[in-house]
Amino acid sequence: MIVANRKPFEEIIEMLKPYSKILLLGCNECVTVCATGGSKEVAVLASEIRMYRQKEGKPVEIREVTLERNCDPEYVESLKPFIHDYEVVLSMACGCGIQFVGEHYRDRLVLPAVNTTFDGVTEEHGVWAERCQGCGNCVLDRTLGICPVTRCAKSIFNGPCGGSQGGTCEVNKETPCAWQLIVDRYKEMNMLDRYLEIQPMKDWSTSRDGGPRKRVREDLKI
Amino acid sequence: MSTQSNLERVLTSGAFAVTSECGPPRGADPEVVKKKGGFLSGYADCVNVTDNQTSVVRMSSFSACLVLKGMGLDPVMQMVCRDRNRIAIQSDILGAAALGINNLLCLSGDHQRFGDHPTAKNVFDIDSIQLIQTVKQMRDEGKFISGEEIKGRPNIFIGCAENPFADPFEIRALRLAKKAAAGAQFVQTQCVFNVEKFEKWMEMVRDLGVHEKMYILAGITPMKSIGMARYMKNSVPGMDVPEEQIERLKGVPKEKVAEEGIKIAVETIERVRAIKGVAGIHIMAIEWEDRVSEIVKAAGLYPRP
Repeated sequence: MIVANRKPFEEIIEMLKPYSKILLLGCNECVTVCATGGSKEVAVLASEIRMYRQKEGKPVEIREVTLERNCDPEYVESLKPFIHDYEVVLSMACGCGIQFVGEHYRDRLVLPAVNTTFDGVTEEHGVWAERCQGCGNCVLDRTLGICPVTRCAKSIFNGPCGGSQGGTCEVNKETPCAWQLIVDRYKEMNMLDRYLEIQPMKDWSTSRDGGPRKRVREDLKI
Repeated sequence: MSTQSNLERVLTSGAFAVTSECGPPRGADPEVVKKKGGFLSGYADCVNVTDNQTSVVRMSSFSACLVLKGMGLDPVMQMVCRDRNRIAIQSDILGAAALGINNLLCLSGDHQRFGDHPTAKNVFDIDSIQLIQTVKQMRDEGKFISGEEIKGRPNIFIGCAENPFADPFEIRALRLAKKAAAGAQFVQTQCVFNVEKFEKWMEMVRDLGVHEKMYILAGITPMKSIGMARYMKNSVPGMDVPEEQIERLKGVPKEKVAEEGIKIAVETIERVRAIKGVAGIHIMAIEWEDRVSEIVKAAGLYPRP
């Protein structure tokens, strides 16, 4: 899932300064699962904004809407009947959703209420962690299911670097060293000899380095 | 002998090598480099110039190497993968070779989080082992990473670093074997404080026969103060400083701590020198270059061949 964090309240309030009629948008997908931008969080943020602006003597009208998805046209188009009743859209969807809604309604600004952070998993209740950077050329077969691109702070292919200590990364003691995990996995699978293979340089052209990516399936086009 | 490197000359002659290090200044004054170079001249077979170590912006390794070269020293240009992609890396290798830099030390580089620009974007297009392969391919095959031909090959003596004290310990010798296989001809290790652990690592290195494929130089860092020892122990990733060494520094009067630090360094040199497969030492006297001559003399390694 795409994981996001809500922006600091002060930043949101500052963005909303010129506006008094706001459409607050949530999403039922990833940001709901990571408890950032689902209908619950939309309701909480709406109340916070209303209360703050009331106290400031600049009350606002907020409509709360949570779409099934913000990344599909059919759902985004459902905003059409009422989006123009509002001066601005404040979105709690991920960066994809924020942009996509903006692309559909060019006369409205869509402001971000969240910082989109990573593609990850729920490690435990309330804990999400990054797993994939979408490099476009998966190597998980070679590293036995642990991604060095994403999980090594230096994305190195022939690790671990000299900063790996006690199983953790030099960048953050809370972060496991990806290469410690890979070596452990090699041992677990009785494949430590694979460690001696020098991993070749990565072709980053399939990654974002090759420019924004697009996938087209002609057979699915209508 | 394949390059113009003085270090390669000393190592192939069978002599015990002494290399040292010069951290470039945080400014544009070449005199700082000259001063440090002056302290090392005659005492080190080559002088490493760090590349924005700990991710703190300093004068480029390339430029400081040229300053040292101008003084008649043989510089080792350190190059990290943190700040350059494969285009810049190959370009800098050609430039260094063109201006008479004979040695390159291939490193991944400290993460920018530790430095003075933690908000920077890092590169890490390739890693240290792939950097070693790159230099070797450019020199021996006359080819860029792309496979295209190089007109005028860079004649570089290829070095690398390895940290015997980082984890997982069991693959640290294997990782050096990978670096040797990639084309590294010498290694300068992380600072050795825990000699017993270093001995164990060397045993694993010998079991793999790596000491016969590359020259191994043990890293030596004299402790200037108890504060420095504590900092190295607690705050520098991958550093192994035994508690008894800190106790030993604590055991002498304050004005004698630096002398004791030097003494420990000299004893460490004697101990690592006795280990089979150790071809030299690399003295990293951090902002203490003026004491290197004393260490080299006390260790009986002066004059240099």
